[in-house]
Amino acid sequence: MAHLDFEKPLVELESRIRELRSAADGDAAIDAQIAELEARASTLQQDLLGDLGVWEKVQLSRHPERPYFLDYLERIFDDVLELHGDRVFGDDPAVVAGFARLDGESVCVVGHQKGRTTKQKQHRNFGMAHPEGYRKAQRVMELAARYGRPVLTFIDTPGAYPGLGAEERGQSEAIGASILAMAELPVPVIATVIGEGGSGGALALGVAERVLMLQYATYSVITPEGCASILWRDGARGPEAAQQLRLLAADAERLGIVDKVVSEPVGGAHRDPGDAARRLGAALRRELGELRSWSVSDRLDRRYARFRGIGQHA
Amino acid sequence: MDRVSKNPPTVEAAEKKTLGRGVFRRCDNCGETLKAREFTDNLEVCPACGHHFRLSAEGWVEILLDPGSFEEHDATLASADPLGFVDSKPYPERVRASRRKSGVDDAFLAGSGRLLGRPVQLGVFIYRFMGGSMGSVVGEKITRMFERATERGEPAILLSASGGARMQEGALSLMQMAKSVAALGRLRRAGLPFVSVLLNPTTGGVAASFAFLGDVNLAEPRALIGFAGPRVIEQTIRQKLPEGFQRAEFLLEHGMIDRIAPRPEMRATIARALGHLLD
Repeated sequence: MAHLDFEKPLVELESRIRELRSAADGDAAIDAQIAELEARASTLQQDLLGDLGVWEKVQLSRHPERPYFLDYLERIFDDVLELHGDRVFGDDPAVVAGFARLDGESVCVVGHQKGRTTKQKQHRNFGMAHPEGYRKAQRVMELAARYGRPVLTFIDTPGAYPGLGAEERGQSEAIGASILAMAELPVPVIATVIGEGGSGGALALGVAERVLMLQYATYSVITPEGCASILWRDGARGPEAAQQLRLLAADAERLGIVDKVVSEPVGGAHRDPGDAARRLGAALRRELGELRSWSVSDRLDRRYARFRGIGQHA
Repeated sequence: MDRVSKNPPTVEAAEKKTLGRGVFRRCDNCGETLKAREFTDNLEVCPACGHHFRLSAEGWVEILLDPGSFEEHDATLASADPLGFVDSKPYPERVRASRRKSGVDDAFLAGSGRLLGRPVQLGVFIYRFMGGSMGSVVGEKITRMFERATERGEPAILLSASGGARMQEGALSLMQMAKSVAALGRLRRAGLPFVSVLLNPTTGGVAASFAFLGDVNLAEPRALIGFAGPRVIEQTIRQKLPEGFQRAEFLLEHGMIDRIAPRPEMRATIARALGHLLD
């Protein structure tokens, strides 16, 4: 399993536990040794997390084994029906949109999708959407609105793709239009930052009356590397820029950018994707239960007021 | 407050090339040396080659609105330092330095006025203040501008010239995109027009929020307009960008803007668009 540098001692300990376990075969002495190692692993895990700096947490949000949108989709929802295409130019695999059932009720689900293998990563363009992705998202969200289905979005992107075709086909317009469309949706909308909340490409799916964020997700105006490259002409100084950007979940909560932080399993969502999905599913059910009772005008006013109040000035 | 008469149109210091004690000026584009007065009289457009040099926000107010009709709003809004951001210097210091140099408090000028007799809400980015970047103050001023237009039943005209969101205010800057666009949504629902004018340059979070959401999108000739800056794109795709990429003419060709209006025709073009939508 792929791991980050700071996870190495833990991963090594765990692989020893696995080896011992396969060799144990009911041997009481080995069982005792396993129990001891497991206790050490648990302590080590707590220590590692306690020591995590901002940059390590940024790395966790991009962890190669971190659950992506589709991993949550299959665990939390049933009867997933993906819908493709923007009806104008093409279908963008970096954004997945469609309908699914949550406890039997149909809801609209939209999210960025990253790939796990090299081939998948290329296919999903590392979760960096083209204009078609945002236009598909907008199309499906507006479809959901026509049928009174709540909209749940899942944000996980380094940012919208900065390329030739993206510019030619109106990346800016696609993002702006998606933001406007979400601000006007008459149905309940919950956005959750599940990994990287990168810039306008993230916000294009992020206008909701409730914005949640996973514990080790980030939400930022620019990637730390991009910030460093602008400030110091050196993208390698990303870790320094990350310190300045206040992009962690706790920062976002303090600044009023997200409403609730959803805790992850010890060590991060990738350590136990099933548990991570249970926690996220529970949070979504709780929020949705509350939001469904609001009237349309109340909902639009509250969504407006939520963003209207963000910012600090003298 | 009428700040226009006190601040006649100016150009950015970097673009000012005056010779002979300010009497002559050489065009950076065509190299022609002309009397400096000819540039200012021609609204900072080179009389020889037609190149559009940057016109200050105050200059735009002067050439778009009826004389003496401008009343500035929210002039005293000042940025805070919510992140405690430090790069080569602390953000509050950077803001103070920018204030001293630019003579304004932040990167946006907003006010009420009349355009050929019609009451309008006008907002202009002040590029000379931190590259026209949008932080909490700019986002708040734009939001108030749209709200004021909605309340008063007046059209909104916004001239963008910005590198995008202001990094030093982090995700709070990002959220200004949603805040201002939501306010624009209310203007739309009230059936009031929004004319967006894209000046050189309009990129990043400003391009990717309200700038392309005009009922009518206008741009100046040759203005650089795009989501990502050319340098970022070149680094991403590892090839040189074609000539004219992300220029106003390129956007017109790709269907992203309605018209390119040379500066001397901008006021009349906006007025005609509003006339078609309202009269």
